[in-house]
Amino acid sequence: MVEHPSALRRLFIGGNYLFLAALAILCVFPLIHVLAVSFSSSSAATAGQVGLWPVDFTTRSYSFVANEPAFMRSLFVSLQRVALGVGINMLLAVMLAYPLAKEARDFRWRTFYVWIFVFTMLFNGGLIPTYLVVQKTGLAGSLLALVIPSAVNVFNVILMLNFFRGIPKELLDASYIDGAGHWKTLWSIVVPVSKPVLATVALFAIVYHWNEWFYGLIYMKHTDDYPLQSYLQTVIVQKNFSELAAQDVSLLGKVSDRTVKAAQIFLGSLPILCVYPFLQGYFMSGIVMGSVKE
Amino acid sequence: MGTSAWKREWPLHVMIWPGLLIVLIYSYGPMFGFAIAFQKYNLALGIWKSKWIGWDNFEYLFHYPNIGRVVWNTLSISVMKIVVGQIAPIATALLLNEVRKAVFKRAVQTMIYLPYFLSWVILGGIMIDLLSPSEGIVNQFLAWLGFERVFFLANNDWFPFVLVFSDVWKEFGFHTIVYLAALTAISPALYEAAVVDGAGRLKQTWHITLPGILPIVILLATLSLGNVVNAGFDQVFNLYSPVVYESGDIIDTLVYRLGLLDFQFGLATAVGLLKSIVGFVLIAISYVLAYRFANYRIF
Repeated sequence: MVEHPSALRRLFIGGNYLFLAALAILCVFPLIHVLAVSFSSSSAATAGQVGLWPVDFTTRSYSFVANEPAFMRSLFVSLQRVALGVGINMLLAVMLAYPLAKEARDFRWRTFYVWIFVFTMLFNGGLIPTYLVVQKTGLAGSLLALVIPSAVNVFNVILMLNFFRGIPKELLDASYIDGAGHWKTLWSIVVPVSKPVLATVALFAIVYHWNEWFYGLIYMKHTDDYPLQSYLQTVIVQKNFSELAAQDVSLLGKVSDRTVKAAQIFLGSLPILCVYPFLQGYFMSGIVMGSVKE
Repeated sequence: MGTSAWKREWPLHVMIWPGLLIVLIYSYGPMFGFAIAFQKYNLALGIWKSKWIGWDNFEYLFHYPNIGRVVWNTLSISVMKIVVGQIAPIATALLLNEVRKAVFKRAVQTMIYLPYFLSWVILGGIMIDLLSPSEGIVNQFLAWLGFERVFFLANNDWFPFVLVFSDVWKEFGFHTIVYLAALTAISPALYEAAVVDGAGRLKQTWHITLPGILPIVILLATLSLGNVVNAGFDQVFNLYSPVVYESGDIIDTLVYRLGLLDFQFGLATAVGLLKSIVGFVLIAISYVLAYRFANYRIF
């Protein structure tokens, strides 16, 4: 069927494209601007000459940041945290989703367990009691404080559980008939066919652990142990420069406060940006998976 | 309990126990910590030896200076975020739906989704830079247009709007994709029938598209009901300062300062307890509503 769009319609379509393009640019522009500032000279940045493109291109701000030991230390802490945290999240999610995906007649306590987990999404103990529990269980000050309390993410478990339910029963039955128990079936059959949901959950977990900054601030006893975003929080938002080595403070005069912060902001978001194109496909399907209800 | 059933099922139980243990300690454990709200809690004495003072903390709370302000800020900022945060993605999804070129559609989706992945530390840093009265690009633009410069992050009139706008900016890409998925689920046959009946695009949108996504809009709106008590701690914490406490201080930031900076654990826990109870009631109501009207089940 041939459409002859009216002039009004054509106008709308053109305007629509323009509007959406502007919207999209609005979303990426701030980051691009900060990127430009980070590569600009301090005088240009302070004078406000930088728009989308660096003025007086220099990498001095980046070398300043890279030579800052606190920054590199916190980067390393974050990498450890992501590796450990995502590993634990995934392991527990799989181990919880498999039994909870069973029907009540195959696993009689299923509903009881599900309610225990779901209730934690409805009601939580609050900041102070949680903080005290972490202290009293001896986790405060170690990386474990950032990884254990958040080890079970009920939302991810539910996502996985729904996916597992979609696995053809015949596949599982064949495994049981062959004499394999639940544990073996889980790891040899269920996990290999669940790559989409595993990728989605892994990505949600990576983004969470990379970006999380508040618990890093309150649970770590030494600033040495801060993960990257927590360290950035103290420098960029709190503007706390007490961590800088003495000789660096004079150097700070040559690179401006603004360009250094810009470099740090950009480096703090770089890993996410690098992985983003790949993430994006999985996230989109993950959201669709999570929102489509039967 | 038949032994053969248990024999079959025990591995399933064992699989659950590690996760269960962690949840019991770190999610349920703190719930018992609510007793602290009724104590003059002393860190050294712990929960068993600290003095029990009954409702004193709560009484003090009701007379705490600015507590009304804090609650009002929390609620008004939340509601604004929820409302604008729904409208923006719906409108965007509808507009995106009209785009025929798949490449353009995909590119726009990719770009609007980006801020969602950045932490509020990063975005806070970006916004502090962008909105800076001296060097920030927004003020430079305003000055170029002939307007006076505004110190947005220190201005009580502007601050709530900065919070709402930046939060929507960060989150709307995520929701747009959900709505877009719902839109593509609407049967094309409906549109074809409408075209045959002579309906223009606008009429189609009104009679087919909007009713088509209404269930999911209601669903998401209902589910965000429980979130009204959280106004976005991560964001506010990174953008606020004492100057804007008047318009930007929310319940969670107050609890943080009372508990972790002033060490008034009992008081901070009392605030947290009230907030959790209200939050729970709202979430429970919203889930019941979602179940009744949209047949939504969590599991």
